[in-house]
Amino acid sequence: MALTDNKGEGRASLPPWIKTTLLTIGSIAVTMLGLLFITFIIGRVMPIDPVLAIVGERASQSTYDAVFLELGLDKPLIVQFLYYLWDVLHLDFGTSLLNARPVSEDIARVFPATLELATLGIIIGILLGVPLGVVAAVRKGSWIDQIARVLALVGYSMPIFWLGLMGLLIFYGILGWVGGPGRVGIFYVDVVPSVTGLILVDALLDGNWDVFKDAFSHIILPASLLGYFSLAYISRMTRSFMLEQLSAEYVTTARVKGMSEWDVVWKHAFKNIRVQLITVIALSYANLLEGSVLTEIIFSWPGIGSYITTALLSADMNAVLGGTVVVGLIFILLNIFSDLLYRVFDPRAR
Amino acid sequence: MAEQTLREWLLTDTPTSRRHAKLSALYQGWLSFRSNTMAMIGLGILVALVLIAVAAPILSPHDPFVQDLGNRLLPLGTEGHVFGTDSLGRDILSRLIYGARITLYIVALVALIAPVVGLLVGTVSGYAGGWIDVVLMRITDIFLAFPRLVLALAFVAALGAGIENAVLAISLTAWPPYARIARAETLTIRSSDYIAAIRLQGAGALRIITRHIWPLCISSLIVRVTLDMAGIILAAAGLGFLGLGAQPPSPEWGAMISEGRRFILDHWWVATMPGLAIFTVSLAFNLLGDGLRDVLDPKAGE
Repeated sequence: MALTDNKGEGRASLPPWIKTTLLTIGSIAVTMLGLLFITFIIGRVMPIDPVLAIVGERASQSTYDAVFLELGLDKPLIVQFLYYLWDVLHLDFGTSLLNARPVSEDIARVFPATLELATLGIIIGILLGVPLGVVAAVRKGSWIDQIARVLALVGYSMPIFWLGLMGLLIFYGILGWVGGPGRVGIFYVDVVPSVTGLILVDALLDGNWDVFKDAFSHIILPASLLGYFSLAYISRMTRSFMLEQLSAEYVTTARVKGMSEWDVVWKHAFKNIRVQLITVIALSYANLLEGSVLTEIIFSWPGIGSYITTALLSADMNAVLGGTVVVGLIFILLNIFSDLLYRVFDPRAR
Repeated sequence: MAEQTLREWLLTDTPTSRRHAKLSALYQGWLSFRSNTMAMIGLGILVALVLIAVAAPILSPHDPFVQDLGNRLLPLGTEGHVFGTDSLGRDILSRLIYGARITLYIVALVALIAPVVGLLVGTVSGYAGGWIDVVLMRITDIFLAFPRLVLALAFVAALGAGIENAVLAISLTAWPPYARIARAETLTIRSSDYIAAIRLQGAGALRIITRHIWPLCISSLIVRVTLDMAGIILAAAGLGFLGLGAQPPSPEWGAMISEGRRFILDHWWVATMPGLAIFTVSLAFNLLGDGLRDVLDPKAGE
């Protein structure tokens, strides 16, 4: 995202960094407003009558009218949008039509599951993807480079939900190495008290190793799946960043000085790609949140992706829009975060 | 003999007309593309896909919609059903063949809509500059900031499930990168001398954009579209899998995986075969896109 076009022109009274910060904050605000406006419009054009959805088909006309007024549907669209903004600012996404509970509560309940899955996924992606990319760059053209290339190409071309199904078939159905769908086996549901909502952490806090092992056997397959997809991206980017560094003159100098290849690669070249790498990782973390939608469905993982989809299929409008806004906001925040990191840590971007 | 002269005519250093020069450039591009084995494999798969889609009624051994409950879930390699049958006894191979039509239909529509919208927004934004540029690019940024699949989900929810709505939803989420590319190209072209010369000759903004800027944006857009095709196919399959794209009994590949999902542990081929088809086609697009990028846009390669 090009957040600002700071060319150092304009009113000279403000120091440049204040101007940059103001512009950044302004553009974040505009982007978020835009996101909310889009979801608002989607909610308005939905072929579902929000009043009927609440009162039911057999309600009298007077009940219908009362709810119609209560929802503010008689007001102009822009006023309705302002009401919507006000509600969202107070984390009020309305109530779910399915269980009549506040959508924000539901989201708070399901979100840790997605967070746990995506975080483990990105950890796997980093641990495997970064070394793979570095080695592929150092040994350009070798068999490792070829393997890395094929892995990435397959990752870009593979439907994630299908790979998940195949994983379930092979590692659960045939080999029996991992737990099946869901977060824990049926005997371990609600055994440990939910403190953080992250079941692996909760099990550790409780000191319950059986639950930890069971939860781990359930999460490892979907997390590896997400890890593979982020690996495809991270390893390619790492490779091209490293190639750029390795062709620089300071690397030649270091080699001429007689420095060991390990030190050249890891102490010099790799040090210089850390900032770029962090932004790439932040971006793929944001993408994992999205990729987890389909993965969660395959693995019956009770996260935000499953939540949105279930709500969608039962026409639960508030839940769909609430979930979309939350995922969208996190996505934007991660994007901004990676942008900021780049500015803060890369002296050239200051 | 005639072929030899045609080749010489195409490879000449001294083209006699503009068309001659254009054809010559095309031919040289093709020659360098042809030396890229992986890209040729991708192209081969896609040509085969188009042929299969066109000749579907001839090629498919059975009617893809006819149910035969006596022959449900037959395994691979059964006599008359090479890829087996699904839960309603329909021949999987025939459904895959007809599914190629749906995949091509979706890809073609998205590839028509999204780049054209992006091209319009990007060139207008880049050429007009000023507040138009600011507003259009801000809108582009907002769409770009959205997670694509979730946005498509929400759009389909608003528009209703179905193949056309899935196409619309994917297009709505796919155009912003094209707008960015077209704007960047426009900015560099706009300030060039020949545009100034045309403007002095009295050409209006409309003429400059459509006749002089668009043609120069096309090649980078084509590369980007080809590279995006795989993503489009995967998104369409994902929507189909969620039951938001093509509706049953349509033999859309994603929907077929979703059907086969229920029997994955006992009858694995029902979901496996359509997945392999999706994988093959999106792999082909990725290979082709990489090859095209090397030919049309050598700067962007690694």
